[in-house]
Amino acid sequence: MQNILSVQSLTKKFDDFTAVNSISFDVEAGSIFAFLGPNGAGKSTTIKMLTTVLKPTKGEIRINGFNVLKEQDEARASFGIVFQDQSLDDELTAYENMTYHAVIYKVPKKERDERIRKALEIVGLWDRQKDFVKTYSGGMKRRLEIARSLVHYPKILFLDEPTVGLDPQTRKAIWSHIQTLNKERGMTIFLTTHYMEEAEAIADKIAIIDHGKIIETGTLEEIKERNGTESLEDAFLNLTGRDIRDENGASKSKMRLMGGMHGRRRH
Amino acid sequence: MIEVIYILWLRQLKRYWRSKARLIGSLGQPLLFMVAFGFGFGPMYARASGGANYMDFLAPGIVSMSILFTAVFSGLEVIWDRQFGFLKETLVAPITRTEIMIGKTLGGATIAMIQGLVVFGLTYLLGFRAASFESLALGLLFMFLIALFFTGMGLTIASKMKDMHGFQLIMNFLIMPIFFLSGALFPLQDLPPAIYFISRIDPLTYGVDGLRGALTGVSTFGVYTDLVTIAALSAFICIIGALLFSKIEA
Ligand SMILES: Nc1ncnc2c1ncn2[C@@H]1O[C@H](COP(=O)(O)OP(=O)(O)O)[C@@H](O)[C@H]1O
Ligand SMILES: [Mg+2]
Repeated sequence: MQNILSVQSLTKKFDDFTAVNSISFDVEAGSIFAFLGPNGAGKSTTIKMLTTVLKPTKGEIRINGFNVLKEQDEARASFGIVFQDQSLDDELTAYENMTYHAVIYKVPKKERDERIRKALEIVGLWDRQKDFVKTYSGGMKRRLEIARSLVHYPKILFLDEPTVGLDPQTRKAIWSHIQTLNKERGMTIFLTTHYMEEAEAIADKIAIIDHGKIIETGTLEEIKERNGTESLEDAFLNLTGRDIRDENGASKSKMRLMGGMHGRRRH
Repeated sequence: MIEVIYILWLRQLKRYWRSKARLIGSLGQPLLFMVAFGFGFGPMYARASGGANYMDFLAPGIVSMSILFTAVFSGLEVIWDRQFGFLKETLVAPITRTEIMIGKTLGGATIAMIQGLVVFGLTYLLGFRAASFESLALGLLFMFLIALFFTGMGLTIASKMKDMHGFQLIMNFLIMPIFFLSGALFPLQDLPPAIYFISRIDPLTYGVDGLRGALTGVSTFGVYTDLVTIAALSAFICIIGALLFSKIEA
């Protein structure tokens, strides 16, 4: 199969701190790719470079055959993105946010209303379309952002921790919807998540990044086998250590918790 | 292209129209200035100038002031967009940075223009009159150019600012001097050389002088010099802004 995303020695330095350190990987068209790592590992920074928000210090990126640094607009038209932090206009209604997106992504006028309606229905927000986004809950905003990212039919969809802070029902609905998109439209999914069981359940391929370096890639089975563990979570903890990280990536080693940070580990 | 610019423009207008508090609040300052300065300095001005009406002098200055502030704020709003995350949504879209710059400049300039028109209406209530219909048309052109230039300036500054921390600095060391030394409130005559020099490199000086010349027929540099100057400056700042916007990161 052909690669829809291809990354070569991608590096990002903030002053003299290296947030992403010469990573390379490929993502097959039509697959679901999970990009995992502790807080501050460099996941969001990588996604921002892949989506033209940040300029890489070094490296090459191709999306859908386009050089992301040189053919920015073609690359931009090929992907959809749900950022980790909010990117909606609170002072507009949900529908206005959707229209804004449809126009700047040049969705044909005839199809606009229909596509917006479909996308809002999928995430269960059609009946709230006229409400201002500032009246939405966190979960509703997340769903709206996901709906918005689908309006222009991207070839590849980047999701940076799309389900953080959502209740189990919503998380489930979102993932099942994303799987449907992947299966029915062949849309490639590139996701990051904190929830190992989510990655375990849907990812075709997994990469684990820590301190800006990719330390493991493969299918779920390969990773479990190589690390001799029963679950992805155990493999993840073995690889990245059990220190608790804050967003800056510094480990709070003094606060080390016995048995890992996750209460729901399976043995 | 046109539709992209239109939707960026429309978003800004909707936000402006929906914040009625901001809309009404921003009329307070020009009104206060007009009443306080108009009645405070009016008699003095009349004596010094041999009977000229201070309101004729002041009204174009106050209209320019309200356009200046509204335009700069509209431009700086991009910093809010950045902080609330919405800027990313626009920046990752497959549209050129020039389209973004044009849409935002026209949006901000339109808002500033509306604000200027409302203040212009207020000056009418206080007895100010444009000399003729043609002078009114030329006046509107000047108002739009002032709006355009200062929105472009706000956007240019915003493209270099990460957050609102520098806001006070910009207000007190850039916008306020631009306003006070533009000749909006008092004639730029018999000034110390340093102040005189600053007033001559102040873009608003040419806007105010042109607007005053257009509306009342009294100007220092001549209306067409003013027109060429402010138009050239507007074009210049928009190009600079577009260049900086092409490098912007969210
Ligand atoms: N704009 C920035 N300036 C300086 N450091 C940054 C910036 N953005 C991210 N970082 C640092 O880069 C590292 C990786 O951050 P990030 O990619 O957000 O991690 P993740 O998404 O994996 O939690 C962190 O140490 C973070 O503090
Ligand atoms: Mg992150």
